Amino acid sequence: MTELPDSTERKMGLVIDLDTCVGCHACVISCKGWNTENYGAPLSDQNPYGGDPSGTFLNRVHSYEVQPEQGHAQLIHFPKSCLHCEDAPCVTVCPTGASYKRVEDGIVLVNEDHCIGCGLCAWSCPYGARELDLAEGVMKKCTLCVDRIYNENLPEVDRIPSCVRTCPAGARHFGDLGDPESDVSKLVAERGGMDLMPEMGTKPVNKYLPPRPKDQIEDQIDILAPLLAPVAEEPQGFMGWLDKALDKLPGGAN
Amino acid sequence: MHPAPSVIIFTTLSGLGFGLLFFLGLGQPAVTGSVAFVFYAIAFGLACGGLLASTFHLGHPERAWRAFTQWKTSWLSREGVCAVGALAVMGLYALGAIFMDSHWTLLGWIGAALSLATVFTTSMIYTQLKAIPRWNMELTPVMFLSFSLAGGALLAGAEAVAPWLLAIAGAVQLAYWAKGDKALVASGTNLGTATGLGDRGSVRAFEPPHTGSNYLLREFVHLVGRKHAQKLRMIAFVLGFALPLLLILTPVQGIVIKHVFAALAVLSHLAGVATSRWLFFAQAEHVVGLYYGKR
Repeated sequence: MTELPDSTERKMGLVIDLDTCVGCHACVISCKGWNTENYGAPLSDQNPYGGDPSGTFLNRVHSYEVQPEQGHAQLIHFPKSCLHCEDAPCVTVCPTGASYKRVEDGIVLVNEDHCIGCGLCAWSCPYGARELDLAEGVMKKCTLCVDRIYNENLPEVDRIPSCVRTCPAGARHFGDLGDPESDVSKLVAERGGMDLMPEMGTKPVNKYLPPRPKDQIEDQIDILAPLLAPVAEEPQGFMGWLDKALDKLPGGAN
Repeated sequence: MHPAPSVIIFTTLSGLGFGLLFFLGLGQPAVTGSVAFVFYAIAFGLACGGLLASTFHLGHPERAWRAFTQWKTSWLSREGVCAVGALAVMGLYALGAIFMDSHWTLLGWIGAALSLATVFTTSMIYTQLKAIPRWNMELTPVMFLSFSLAGGALLAGAEAVAPWLLAIAGAVQLAYWAKGDKALVASGTNLGTATGLGDRGSVRAFEPPHTGSNYLLREFVHLVGRKHAQKLRMIAFVLGFALPLLLILTPVQGIVIKHVFAALAVLSHLAGVATSRWLFFAQAEHVVGLYYGKR
């Protein structure tokens, strides 16, 4: 049934560090690769080598510019995938019971054999975490690499989601956010982890760590600058004569 | 939202069909025999045609039977259950009226209630979606129900109530547009809350995840056609409510001309509601568009 569990034994999820993410899209590629070859229907592409390529992705990296009232604008890379919400609207709207939230670890999954591809779960998700695969006609979403994290055929170091394993910057963390003593929960507490669109009432499990404040740029940014020859404010010599001569021509000085 | 023809046809036709079934179930008009056959054929044609159209956008229509199982949580599932219930009960009632010259009143009332319930559940599929503030309003089910009742009254030839129901539906339409235009801002969701970065400054979408388009943009971000929204609203209002009202209130002589006017009123109403339904989808902003710097 598509009734949400009252509570889950664990709340497995991701913590994404917006301070560390360099926007390399490696997580996007590794996600696409793993999830095309493993759990469920492959993530298809339409017209991949043509003029208008598009395809199914479970993880996409946006980039945003934040302009504070004072100071410099900051560029923030923003990976976005399913947040495995506690109050997941995508589960309750499903008419067939294909969408469900697991009691044991809180992962939101789609039973692709029962999915009719009506798309209503994607409509209900404010985050755009679900995409209908055009080749298979079923809904695809992040599985939190459920086929890796419990997979005893893999070396222990690989039993984490593909995106986390791949991230070269260490911007992605995986763990139990329901356990206040877990590393990810401590990280969230320490760095002030936040929810996306809290007003939607979805109670996302995944948290985002806000960018740390940037170093202040002082007036003098180069400590060697005072030791160097000053750049002439006023042109000297020939350039000075030329500057004055041009000023006298019709059109005048600027 | 992408205004898919399948859902526009579905909600327009089935709304009208179940509206007519509601009035037929109440014995309005209390027709029997071949006249009843024509009425029920129209009602079932509209309701079933609409339901069939809605399966066109499914990825796996052959599994559609599973959609009857999750009525505990899913409005889409409840709609399926109500629709089948309404069609079955009204089918029995129609058999009585057509072949046995009798109206089983209690059965008719149950069928009428189920018909209205079907329209209500359809509207709740859209109303429940918080991610689409323009739909997530109390006025959405009011609009679907008032349209269905007005259209049903027109088709049933319920002269006493049709003008009132048309006037109410028209007023609800205007109120829906007025309130809907403020819904996204009133929801409090913007790129700042979407990224969690809003308290640091003004957030601007700098670079999308991919250079090409994707499912989310095709399904949820529909910008083409919105520029004609005001003109289309005028057309929807005039065709859907003003003109039909004028046509049925015009005093005419003779049964033929009266029927022609009634038919014109129905066709005009149908075109108006279809236009309104197109706007219902095309103008609805899904908050996922914010992530792409669009709405």
